[in-house]
Parts: sequence; C-alpha cells; structure tokens
Amino acid sequence: MSNILAEDTLVWHLACSEADIPENGGACALIKGEQIAIYNFKRRGEWFATQNLCPHRQQMALSRGMIGSTGEEQEPKVACPFHKKTFSLKTGACLSGDDYQIQTYPVKVENGMVYVGL
Amino acid sequence: MKKKIVVVGNGMVGYKFCEKLIAKDAAQEFDLVVFGEEIRPAYDRVHLSAYFAGKTVEDLTMAPASWYAENGITLHLSDPIVDIDRDAKTVRSHHGLVEAYDYLVLATGSAAFVPPIPGVEKDGVFVYRTIEDLDMMQNHAKKAKKGAVIGGGLLGLEAAKALLDLGLEETHVIEFAPRLMPRQVDDAGSKMLQTKLEELGLKIHLNKNTQEIRGNGAISSMLFADGVELEVDMLVISAGIKPRDEVARIAGLEVGVRGGVIVNDYLQTSDPNIYAIGECALAHHMIYGLVAPGYEMADVVVNQLVKDKDKSFKPFDMSTKLKLIGVDVASFGDAFIQEPNCQTIVYENSAKGIYKRINISNDGKYLLGGILIGDAEQYNMLLQNVKNQTVLPPDPEDLMLGARGGKEESGAGVMALPDDASICSCEAISKGQICGEVLAGNNTLDAIKKCTKAGTGCGGCVPMVKDLINETMKSQGVYIRNIICEHFEYTRQELFDLVKIKGYKTYEEALDGLGHGDGCETCKPAVASILASLWNEMILVKGNDTVQDSNDRYLANIQKNGTYSVVPRIPGGEITPDKLIVIGQVALKYGLYTKITGGQRIDLFGAHVSDLPAIWEELVNAGFESGHAYGKALRTVKSCVGSTWCRFGLHDSVSFAIEIEERYRGLRAPHKFKSAVSGCTRECAEAQSKDFGIIATEKGWNLYVCGNGGVKPQHALLLASDIDSETCIKYIDRFLMFYIKTAEPLTRTATWLNKLDGGIDYLKAVVIDDVLGLNKQFEDEMNMLVEAYRCEWKEVVTNPELRKRFTHFVNAPHIKDPNVKFEPMRDQIKAAEWVK
Repeated sequence: MSNILAEDTLVWHLACSEADIPENGGACALIKGEQIAIYNFKRRGEWFATQNLCPHRQQMALSRGMIGSTGEEQEPKVACPFHKKTFSLKTGACLSGDDYQIQTYPVKVENGMVYVGL
Repeated sequence: MKKKIVVVGNGMVGYKFCEKLIAKDAAQEFDLVVFGEEIRPAYDRVHLSAYFAGKTVEDLTMAPASWYAENGITLHLSDPIVDIDRDAKTVRSHHGLVEAYDYLVLATGSAAFVPPIPGVEKDGVFVYRTIEDLDMMQNHAKKAKKGAVIGGGLLGLEAAKALLDLGLEETHVIEFAPRLMPRQVDDAGSKMLQTKLEELGLKIHLNKNTQEIRGNGAISSMLFADGVELEVDMLVISAGIKPRDEVARIAGLEVGVRGGVIVNDYLQTSDPNIYAIGECALAHHMIYGLVAPGYEMADVVVNQLVKDKDKSFKPFDMSTKLKLIGVDVASFGDAFIQEPNCQTIVYENSAKGIYKRINISNDGKYLLGGILIGDAEQYNMLLQNVKNQTVLPPDPEDLMLGARGGKEESGAGVMALPDDASICSCEAISKGQICGEVLAGNNTLDAIKKCTKAGTGCGGCVPMVKDLINETMKSQGVYIRNIICEHFEYTRQELFDLVKIKGYKTYEEALDGLGHGDGCETCKPAVASILASLWNEMILVKGNDTVQDSNDRYLANIQKNGTYSVVPRIPGGEITPDKLIVIGQVALKYGLYTKITGGQRIDLFGAHVSDLPAIWEELVNAGFESGHAYGKALRTVKSCVGSTWCRFGLHDSVSFAIEIEERYRGLRAPHKFKSAVSGCTRECAEAQSKDFGIIATEKGWNLYVCGNGGVKPQHALLLASDIDSETCIKYIDRFLMFYIKTAEPLTRTATWLNKLDGGIDYLKAVVIDDVLGLNKQFEDEMNMLVEAYRCEWKEVVTNPELRKRFTHFVNAPHIKDPNVKFEPMRDQIKAAEWVK
C-alpha cells in the first residue's frame, strides 16, 4: 500500500551509504525498528526496497537473495535464499505462484547516501 | 427473494454438493441448510481405515464446521430429518425443527447391510461405516485376539486391513461367493489376489455361508453351513450396503424393490422439487456405491439449480483402481465379458503375483475392458483406450504388458488417443487442450500445470502429461535443448565452452556478451559455477558475490532460522586432538550446536552471519581450511582406517584419501560431489555410494564412478581395476573434467551418467582409451585448477572489504538479527521451528 501513499505522509529515513549495498545485490538496514531490504540494481540503474521478511517461512532473508528480472516486461524480482520464492521488486507480488504479497518502499539516493521512505 | 435448499445428510456427497454450490457463487441466490445425523461434519469415509493407521478425525474431515459458517451454510448435526411434508414443502428433524424448502436434496447415503444371521446382536460384532464404529472396534480390539470379516468385497477387505492395523493375531475374511471382490475381479484374478493377501497375513475362506454367530453374550465363534466352526472374538460385517431411503418412503417417494430412491437422468425423484444423490439414489436401476459418481451427481444437481448448463447424469464408468493392503487392484470397462463374445488375453506371473486380463472385440479392433492385479501401471492407458474406442495396435498385449526389451515406446501410446480423451479427470482436461498448450509454448510440466491445472489434483496423470509434452515436441521435430533460462539461450555445455573461449571472468561480462536482460536466480549461480570451474578464482570478488547461490554467497550453509553452519575441512576424517579441542572451544565461545556429519567431519550450527568471519579467523589460525560444505564442489573423501591399524587393510586408505581430498578441495562442479577410499573389499568407507570411490585390491586400487546416496541411491560402476595411485588420480582428473564440462546444472554424476549416450562403456572409452583425444587437455586443466586453489575463508578473514559484507544490518553491524530464535535440546540448541 505504501507505494500509493501521499507524498506528505512519507518520511525519508537515512539508511546507509551507497557503497554499503553491493552492486546488483541487497543488504538489510534497521530503520525505525523495522528490517528493510535495500537493493542496488546497478544493471538497471534502479534502487528498490522491500520488507526483509520472506512470508513463506517467515525468515528475515530477502536482502540476501539474488535479484534479477523475468518476462517480456523485465519485471525486477528478488528470490528468497531459502526456497527461491520470487517477489516483484516493483509491486511486492509473489511471482512464483503463491498467494503472498510483500511490502515495497520508495528509495532515493542523494550525495552517495541511501534514503528509504516509510 | 432467495430460495432455500435443504440438504438431508452430511456425508461426502452431501458435503460435495455444498462445496460445488458455493463454488458457483450461489450465496446470493440460495439459502443453504444442512441436516446431518452424525455428530461431526462430513469426513472421508473412503479412507476410513487410515484412522487406525494414525490419521485423526481432523485429517479425515472434509471441511470443519467453521467452513460451513463462513460460507453462510446453516449446519445442524446430530439431527436427522425424520419427516417430509411435500404439500407444505417442509421437513421436520428429530429434534423437532421444521424447515421450509424450495428444493430438497436427499444425500442420506447408505448403511451397512447386515444379513439376518442369528447372533448378530452379540457383543464384539460390528459394522464398518462411521468413526463411532471405528472407536468401538478399537476399544474391543484391545482384548480380542482373533477377528473375522464377513464380506470379501472392496469394503470387506478394507475392514480386514483395519483389523490388521488394530494388531489382531489372526484376521479371517469370510466370503459367500467363490471369489474375492466378485464385482471387480474374475476367478483367476481372485486367486492371485488371495495369494498376495495371504502372504500379508490374512486367512481367506471362500464359498462360506455363515449360519450362526455363537457365544454367551459376546461372540466366541462362527458356525458355517458346511459344519465348520471358527473361533473368533471379534467380527466385522461388511457384506454390502443398503440405501438409506426411510424418509423418502415415509414421504411417499418412489423407491426401488431392493431399496434406493428412484431418480431420473436429472436426479429428480418422483417429486420434481426433491433430488436424491449419492448412495441413497437409484439411478439407471442401480446404486452407485463409489464416491466419484456421487460427486458427479452432486455436480449435476448444482448445475440445474444455478441453471448453469443442461447436464444430466449419464451411466457412470465404474472402473476402479486401488491399493488394497499394498496390492494394486484395477478393474475397467467390461471386465467380465467372455469368449465367444470377445477375445481375451491373459498374462499370469505367480512368482511376482501379477495377473492381467484384457478383453478385445472379436474383430481385434477395440479394447472392451479388463482386470489388473499386482501391477496396475497401465491402468490409465487401458482405461483411455476403452473410453475412447481407440483402434488397437497389431499386438494389443503390449498395452497391458508395456513394451518389452527396450526403453523406447513408453510414451508413444498417448499420441494415439483422440484429442477429446480426458487426461486429467480431477480438472477435466483433455489431451487436445494439453497438446494445444504445448504447441503454444507451454512445453514444461510446470507451465502446463499453471495454464491448465492438469496434474494439480491427485497427480495420477502427471506421467501421461509428461509423455504428451515430449511426444508433442518430438512430433514437431523439436530437438529438446535444455537451455539455461530466459536470459541465456545456450545449454550449459555450450555456455561453458563460450565463456572459456571469450575468457570472461565475471557474470556481468558473460551476460553482456552471451545473454540478455538482467539475469535471474537460475542463470546467476549456473554461470558462477562455470566461472569457478574454469578459472578457480575467489568467488566473492569482481562483483561475482551477488550471483552466487544462497550458501556460496556467505561461504556457509543457511539454516532454518537464518543462521549458518560452519564446516572446516577434515581431510579423510583424520584430526589431531589439538584441532578437536579448537573446534570445541570455538563452538563454546560462539554458542554453536555441534554434530558429526555423514562425511567424517564436524558441523557447527547456529552461527550469526556477523560472527562468521571471527569464527573462521580462529579456525584458520588453528590450521583449518574451508570445507566447502556450502558449495557445489568436492565435499569429503571419507576413509576407513586402512592398513596402518586394521588387520585386514591392504593399503593405507587414509593417506590416499587425504591426498585425493587435498587435490580436489575447492573444485567447483555442476553439483556437489563426494568420494571415499576403502582399504579392503569390506568397504567400510562405503566408496561404492560416492561420485567416485576407490577400493584397495591386492594389486592396487579399483576405481568406481557415478554412485549416489541421496534421493535415488545408485551403486557406483567399476571404471578401472588394479590400477596404481598415479593412474588412479589421472583417471579421476579426466573423469571429473569431462563431467564438469558436459553435465547440466545441478546434475550429480549418477544422473549425468544415466543420461550419457553409451553409458559406462562410453565413459571408459573417453577416460581410459581417449576416444575424444581430450585427455591431455583434461589433465592440464585439472592441474591448473589444483594450482589455483586458495582457501576462500582465509581470504575473507584477511580482507577487510570482504569481511564487511558479513553483517545482518548494514547500518548497525554490531546488532544481530533479533528474529533469530533458538530452543534448548539435549544440552545444546536447535533452531526455533518455522511456520509451516
């Protein structure tokens, strides 16, 4: 739901520096007590953020997953390292056929620092 | 104005009616009220005997009471309907509830038929119908030793299975007819079935007419018409069913002479507002005593009520396939038709307990029906042939026996089916639909499951669906090339050669040069593995860290709660006391669970990702190296103690195992691989279950390859015998390089060999006779990889940049994941159970 939040309710939180997130991979930041997975999709020049919890077995693991894309639309996705359930980095929808939905968050990078909007 | 449907009876068919009606979104149109006689909601009566084998009532329940409530269904349990007022269109329940209806659906089912034998009322005599019956049987069985079942049909044999499960010392089956399962099986089939069941401990009596049940209050024996008396202290009567048509009779609905509410093709009784479905209904002059036609009846009535389509109940195919106490039994089409009305082909193999019979039309063109005992693998194909009236091949016996003397042809038969042949009966998917989807590009099993739902129900049709996919592809002249994924249109072998020729060292280079898009979790580890097998560079540098698979990325094995396990290499399983102490100290310091692995080393579980570098620093300083337990790489070379200590040992198996393990440590391959060295033919190291295994002989070593434990155990095959150590290593070099270059991703050596044209003979020709002329190259490449080996963990420990990546919170490196939970167990810890 957060993707359609009005701009005025969105608060940008400093997460880490750009170099803290591996290129074409992810890492987890602790923001306001929440575990947020941040992905530096260098290949596409895009940044994404999602909840770190994989809803399948409730494991804090998505930031350690491989990212990539799928289909003609090249939907960006992350695969959980546990059982390779995949989720859209754009919409949070589960792409591997299960009825899961994860939270996504807006990300911006300014002056080498990464901010996540909660 | 909503109409009201009242369902009388809450058994499997009554429930299915509700389920199907709800699935049609009929809640706005109808109010649904259900009356059931039993105290609990409908349960799976077909698998009743599973109750004794450990299933609970919950397991067997079709849907809990909450399901009815959630779907707006009013459910009255323990309250059977006792009267129907057809003029007022109301029903009255046992408790006095009066409910008006627009439509009434009778799904009262059937009761056990109990023949009028003197003494049936005695204690210890049961019927086999409800959970309560089972509870009473279970109670009585505690003090019973000898049990009997009257009835050798489907239900009777199920009941006999229940008595076996209850642990009775003797179980007798008493059948009035001259054979078992008289409705499904012929005399010869019955004999075969009898032999198999007797092997399993049942005592079977045919042609037996029970005259009296004797005993003082409780049963003590049975007396038969032939004068024989059988001592038993428990009896289950399962001699057939009788439809529950009492209410229908009272209401003046037409019933059959031998019971059952008469219905027309639309399952309407003589009162068009009242339907009857399931075992209480008499359709086409018969009672359908199976669940599948009952479900079909429910569907027919639902379709009429929601006016979805004009569907009538057609004579239902009563073909059955089941496993009776572990024995396959199937009966299909016209199983009993005899010569001269047909030609019959019979196959009997008493050693294997197999009996098969097929009946063919006199012109030899069509299959009419048949019986299968002991092996019912061909049931699906045969049934399809009967249903579709497929013209038979010249040797129709092949249909029931399967093609012999070769592995060809297994799937060709499916292509002979007409397009409208039903392949998946759970989802009603035809052959034409599946083939159409394959041609449209959905040419994998997963894709077919996704787009048609075929194979997602009972799964019984999956082999046929696979055959259809392969045969359709072949018929299109498609050479099936296993490409890596949507981002690389190459097979692994092609990609391996191309990456080598181009000299790519990173995933990004390979994707730019040979692929397209952004990559995914399939091609990333596949390419990473190829890069490692080609160059043996540190896997976490040059941006290759994020393309490694879950475990390689952190050089450790991810476990249930997100912590990791640590496995130092212990070559050949040999370790000094000093090193053992270090492992113990590290485990204590970092709170790790310790366990000896199957590969003669020690696994330390429960390490937080941020502790991994510190743990390894201590291990590396004590002289340990990475054990690559996380990699698709050499795992362990197991050994027995060999000639240094063992009085049978021929050679020093430990020293050779260490030499081998140190040669191939860190070598990455399409999948993990394991090895072992045994010092004599007693084979204590279990070398023949490994990817390559070595066994000492008087003259040298025997080298075995492509064995496997795991999911599908397979013994390794002898590649060379009585070779010296040097030759042995040379052969292993060649064998491993050949495997690494040609196997598909995630393929173990055993599977690779099974798919290799020419099998072990071809492998010998390559490795020993050098038919490809590549052996010099293989050996050079292996030497290069061995030279390039460095311990990955040592590199991480000494490289601050790499160490930094081992944190849970990138903005709070010293905080550990608060979600990680452990629980105590036997003085150690275990991962907290995760949600299922």
